[in-house]
Amino acid sequence: MEYLRAFVVGGLICVIGQILIDKTNLTPARILVCFVTLGAILTAIGVYEPIVKFGGAGATVPLPGFGYTLAKGAMKAVDEMGVLGAFTGGVRAAAGGITAAVVFGYLAAVLFNPKMKR
Amino acid sequence: MAKYRLGGQTVRLENPPCILSRATIVGKKEGEGPLGEYFDVVLEDDMWGEKTWEKAECRMYQEAARMAIIRAGKQPQDVNYLLGGDLLNQIITANFAARTLGIPFFGLYGACSTLTESMSLGAMLINAGYADLVLCVTSSHFCTAERQYRFPLEMGTQRPPTAHWTVTGAGAFLLSNDEKPPYITHVTTGRVIDYGITDTYNMGAAMAPAAAATIKAHFEDTGQGPEAYDLIVTGDLGWFGRELTIDLLKKEGYDISDRFIDCGCEIYSREQDVHAGGSGCGCSAVVFGGYILRKMEEGVYKRILLLSTGALLSTTSTQQGESIPGIAHAITIDMDRG
Amino acid sequence: MDVKQQKLNKEYQEYVQRKMPKSYLLRDCVLAFLVGGTICTIGQAVSNFGKSYFNLNTEEASAFTAIVMIFIGALLTGLGVYDDIGKYGGAGSVVPITGFANSIVSPAMEFKKEGYVFGVGSKLFSIAGPVLVYGISTSVLVGLIYFFVK
Repeated sequence: MEYLRAFVVGGLICVIGQILIDKTNLTPARILVCFVTLGAILTAIGVYEPIVKFGGAGATVPLPGFGYTLAKGAMKAVDEMGVLGAFTGGVRAAAGGITAAVVFGYLAAVLFNPKMKR
Repeated sequence: MAKYRLGGQTVRLENPPCILSRATIVGKKEGEGPLGEYFDVVLEDDMWGEKTWEKAECRMYQEAARMAIIRAGKQPQDVNYLLGGDLLNQIITANFAARTLGIPFFGLYGACSTLTESMSLGAMLINAGYADLVLCVTSSHFCTAERQYRFPLEMGTQRPPTAHWTVTGAGAFLLSNDEKPPYITHVTTGRVIDYGITDTYNMGAAMAPAAAATIKAHFEDTGQGPEAYDLIVTGDLGWFGRELTIDLLKKEGYDISDRFIDCGCEIYSREQDVHAGGSGCGCSAVVFGGYILRKMEEGVYKRILLLSTGALLSTTSTQQGESIPGIAHAITIDMDRG
Repeated sequence: MDVKQQKLNKEYQEYVQRKMPKSYLLRDCVLAFLVGGTICTIGQAVSNFGKSYFNLNTEEASAFTAIVMIFIGALLTGLGVYDDIGKYGGAGSVVPITGFANSIVSPAMEFKKEGYVFGVGSKLFSIAGPVLVYGISTSVLVGLIYFFVK
């Protein structure tokens, strides 16, 4: 059941992205930026937390989930250490993902080469 | 008015130069397409044993040039001018190939219209008596163009149905003042036309008005209509751009639909997943050099109008939200001296 | 630009819009749903695995999931598989964090020939950079607002 919920929630978030790609001239890069920002804003106004509770990885794996992690981290750090937390909390919460992206991204780029397209 | 000018945009070549020899090289995908058997060289691998895609494109350019010279029984030093270009920034493919070839060189850029731009100027140089042999070469490569204009190869994006597929290919044409058909009899130089299309995934729509305008100008200047041609060939409008051009010309009172093909539509089969069709400097070069000239030699077509169409955009202009101007240059190819 | 040309442009653009072959929205959405859903389900499995085998709490599990999914995305991009998934999956493969990894690896790999600093190093962030800029900036803004309204 948990898997089904993740599937449906994750799938629906992607469908929103697909509609944006097909119906507007937004490039995938812009979609990614919009989704991260949107995820952070929705978290701030308390909308995204219930979606995460319901959908699990279906809500955290898509890019709004990255925004969720950042915003939630910032708010939690503000609770703990005040205004400084706004600057340290977001990246601290997302540190694993960001570092993984840099390191694995670098390794993959160095080890592999682009293939000819058919 | 100058002696051989016809109307606003066309010249008639008094001593029509001939296309003495030609050579075409294409990539693997193009070789697998419906015209595969017509090309001189089909690459097994689009990298062609080189270190970079750019080097591979440059080698295609050079080899096509050399092949055309050898086929005519000439030497590179016999050639008076090399004219041509490609799609990359500062036309590096053509510049680097010209460095190796050592022929006096005019580098040209007209995006995908560079083929007929080069052939127009080459034909005029010969007609005027400034040259005996002029080599016109253009190339494009899917992998080099894609990373410059669009996205990296391995990026998982979807192409909309109006997107084009850049042809991997190079075509070389050696023009001379010999009397050996086919001849280039007329040159119609296009104006830059912009109807405000901004979608870089819709090059067909950006270029169609330019193609239609040049065809119309050619008809008006020469006083002839579509019936004077066995075939009207455009460079890379694709399926959608072709339809738009037919419609635009119908509005002007010309119906070309029964004798109108587009190289971008011909080079791939629709099963090859190329969406709107092929594009690039190499597209019209290899289809014209490989397929259409062969059919002319076989007597299928006697007189054709060839237009290469170019979309004059850069990554800077599109990011700054500018529209995409189009251009099309036409040349008449005739088996008679006219 | 004169008024007549503007009118012509407008007419042409409307006509192009009308005639343009359309994307198959329904088909694209179904594929995006299936591909995106599948990737998220894999993410859920990874998260559950982390929770049961490494006894991670919710936050640790979500970081663990992000790391593993980014690894998978980077690997599939390197192997030349991710763009094939993307061709069918569309947003279904762009929006999950694996798509973020794809957007990092694909330009870096492509521009390796331009060297390891300005090729790989800077192109890693050609798409990921803006995502981090706007993501992190928004989180700071959210944190500050939260601090003042709390």
